[in-house]
Amino acid sequence: VENVRLLDRLSSRKAVLGTLYLTATHVIFVENGSETRKETWVLHSQISSIEKQATTATGCPLLIRCKNFQVIQLVIPQERDCHDIYISLIRLTRPVKYEELYCFSFNPKLDKEEREQGWKLVDLNEEYNRMGVPNNYWQICDVNRDYGVCDSYPTEVYVPKSATAHIIVGSSKFRSRRRFPALSYYCKDNNASICRSSQPLSGFSARCLEDEQMLQAIRKANPGSDFIYVVDTRPKLNAMANRAAGKGYENEDNYSNIKFQFIGIENIHVMRNSLQKMLEVCELKSPSMSDFLWGLENSGWLKHIKAIMDAGIFIAKAVAEEGVSVLVHCSDGWDRTAQVCSVASLLLDPYYRTMKGFMVLIEKDWVSFGHKFNHRYGNLDGDPKEISPVIDQFIECVWQLMEQFPCAFEFNERFLIHVQHHIYSCQFGNFLCNSQKERRELKIQERTYSLWAHLWKNRADYLNPLYRSDHSQNQGTLHPQIAPCNFLYKFWSGMYNRFEKGLHPRQSVTDYLMAVKEETQQLEEELEVLGERLANLQKSQLGDNKVKSKQQDRSKQLRLSTSNNSLANTPQEYSNDLKSFPSRSPSQGDEEDSALILTQDNLKSSDPDLSANSDQESGVEDLSCRSPSGGGCLPSEDSGKDSDEAVFLAG
Amino acid sequence: MLRSSQPLTGPNRRRCREDETLLGTILDEGERGFIIDTRSAQAAKQARMTGGGTESKSSYPQWRRLHRPLERGRPLQESFAKLVEACSDPSLSMDRWLGRLESSRWLSHVKAALSTACLAAQCMDREEAKVLVHGAEGTDTTLLVTALAQVILDPSCRTLAGFQGLLEREWIQAGHPFHLRCAHSAYSHARLKQEAPLFLLFLDCVWQLSRQFPFSLEFGEQLLLSLFDNAYASAYGTFLCNNEKERSLCKVKESTHSLWAWLNQPEEQQKLLNPLYSHNTLVIWPSVEPQSLQLWQGLFLRWIRPSQHLAEAWAEIQRLVEES
Repeated sequence: VENVRLLDRLSSRKAVLGTLYLTATHVIFVENGSETRKETWVLHSQISSIEKQATTATGCPLLIRCKNFQVIQLVIPQERDCHDIYISLIRLTRPVKYEELYCFSFNPKLDKEEREQGWKLVDLNEEYNRMGVPNNYWQICDVNRDYGVCDSYPTEVYVPKSATAHIIVGSSKFRSRRRFPALSYYCKDNNASICRSSQPLSGFSARCLEDEQMLQAIRKANPGSDFIYVVDTRPKLNAMANRAAGKGYENEDNYSNIKFQFIGIENIHVMRNSLQKMLEVCELKSPSMSDFLWGLENSGWLKHIKAIMDAGIFIAKAVAEEGVSVLVHCSDGWDRTAQVCSVASLLLDPYYRTMKGFMVLIEKDWVSFGHKFNHRYGNLDGDPKEISPVIDQFIECVWQLMEQFPCAFEFNERFLIHVQHHIYSCQFGNFLCNSQKERRELKIQERTYSLWAHLWKNRADYLNPLYRSDHSQNQGTLHPQIAPCNFLYKFWSGMYNRFEKGLHPRQSVTDYLMAVKEETQQLEEELEVLGERLANLQKSQLGDNKVKSKQQDRSKQLRLSTSNNSLANTPQEYSNDLKSFPSRSPSQGDEEDSALILTQDNLKSSDPDLSANSDQESGVEDLSCRSPSGGGCLPSEDSGKDSDEAVFLAG
Repeated sequence: MLRSSQPLTGPNRRRCREDETLLGTILDEGERGFIIDTRSAQAAKQARMTGGGTESKSSYPQWRRLHRPLERGRPLQESFAKLVEACSDPSLSMDRWLGRLESSRWLSHVKAALSTACLAAQCMDREEAKVLVHGAEGTDTTLLVTALAQVILDPSCRTLAGFQGLLEREWIQAGHPFHLRCAHSAYSHARLKQEAPLFLLFLDCVWQLSRQFPFSLEFGEQLLLSLFDNAYASAYGTFLCNNEKERSLCKVKESTHSLWAWLNQPEEQQKLLNPLYSHNTLVIWPSVEPQSLQLWQGLFLRWIRPSQHLAEAWAEIQRLVEES
């Protein structure tokens, strides 16, 4: 459809004219300008909702909201076209079969072996071995090898040595969805462990010998402690209500040597609504500080993030400081349980704060343990009540921790944002379906590619320049401040306002420092080479006093990276009173600063994965530099006088 | 950019030929200027009752008046006190923290100050028009706006030396009454009439700029914290008294040491510099959306939140840059 306008969210007066295309996998908007032809690509999988708004004099507005928080406002000239697009998009964004998803047609042009290698990058067996199991206390259990015991669990789990097959099967019958207690994390320093399960089907008074034995087995697997914590991550009221439905929680009287604890994280419906409210705040046009802060508080979002974090901190403390094992569950043991176990693991073990370790963590606690990716993130069209930002919350917890401990993570914010992006994008097969069983049935590994391999290939873009494995922040457990700590939780504008470049610091410290680091490394390597050459020269010229050494003057080329590119920073609308400037509007002649990112050889723009192959996703900013039709990178088109200005790097 | 205090039009709409001529000579034939009045239109009008007022369109035809109310005086001090209280309240739960932060309104004041300074800068840089800034007395919000606007517009004000010069010019010599304004700070129960944290608000705004433009200021947070400390209690005479006249009468220059002399010693200066600084000749336009403005934790939570990990991060940044 031609003559479609793409509106800028922040300044409604800025609009770009272009053509809208719909393909089998993407929505594409191509700008009309002769030089730029900037493209915006949006994967259908990313689209969360489409809203057709009331037709105005200028046309028919269509609002597309994405799961990665991009919001695209289009104005289509003809109502009939708008309606067609709307109907098409509704159908395209609600796939019925897995085969409709992008990952089955995505082709990064790798051969079969590379694809296989990609899937082997993360090996959970290796991970359990790294933790220290199997050992005297823990063994691998294959009672679920045909998914006969629990179809949402993996084929192999680790259980205490003293848990026989009989106990496991018995316990599984007493647990919601048959999700019996299994090992999530083992601390070899003190034998404490984190186990996970679902709620027991205890009702008001039911008991199960095998289940009680299972918990005893967990306790016995840790000789250093004579009790275990059982942590129910639900609010007490919810858990009690479950009893009426024949489920519930562990009664301390029935289970010997347990200390029971409620943590009180709300359920998926509350979280879905919380995110909804927060996004409404993000969509406000020019909100006052008051609107924003009240809106944020009313959404309750940060309160929930803190609740998850507090739970993780409690468990990490129990394991690291008290040396006590913990059994964690919620209702079904695949949402809050996953969040809390992975936060705790991250706090406990520096390995999970490395890039590889983080991938392993997600594979272990989310993918293998049957987190319902399809239902939660809407791969296929399904029940809207199942949708909930569960893994988003976990990813945000990681970001909050990164802000508190800037040296402790090997990866940077961009890594987290891209992981979140791809959980929804369905470009790779890692996060499809609801369980390992379903993924194997669909032969995901033979028909799609692994995200981890892709990210790993581009890992230079995802590194945190401040990370050093020998840094004090990386020895052992992280200890976030507990109280007072409300102020430590910040609004993550990098995620929820990701595509509004005008909001973020223009200059990326991360990118700059990475470039500095790289250059220093290069120089050091060269210095080494030169040193060797010098030594060789000296050897071969024994007795010759004059030794020629190549001296090269290394000027600080890198310093200039911020000053010899052209990108102007433009003012936003500070004046609500447009009549103040009758002669010329403040933004007249200014380019949308979001469009202007100049990349340098050693400085990356924010979505480099889009460049690796010609398949592109969403994101206005990157495409100007990477799009196949767009050609190279483009200088600022700001009004002439600002042409020799400093660059602002996208971050 | 010019600054002044309010014109004394009074209830009878007095005129003053000299004042009109002065403002007239600043503008060329046919040129327009902007007056940014840091009081609301209503407050400015009410000021006439007590002898003050605004520049009327008829008397100053070439000047266009814009009202951008900025908080000052007692309400600003209250805002400060409330914020500090919220930060140090141990019983405050997460679901009420943001509300308390909001009801202090401190961040709203930061937003308003930055917006107004940007407006002034925009007038000059984009509209190429001259700007006159004044409030009532010309000693508080006026200076906030003119000083901030210069940091935004002028790269030399972002160097360490230039920033010190800016402070001397726009705050100290311009006659901001430090002695009255920075008497007791936030914890005092004595709610003094003249106490108000305008200077702190300025420092907060500069901090917001440093966060949004991490490469563009030659100095770091340390300097801003040091200035805050010294404005309230100092071993140096730089922030003493209320204006140059008083300083002269008290013989401040003869009997005290200058803060700048101390700060500019090489060992001290090292601690104040921003390792990421790279001279940026451009105007820096901050975003004043709520998402872009943050609570200045380094100041308001200075004694409450653990700073060790952040200090380590800065040390790491320093190390990386120095090694290069």
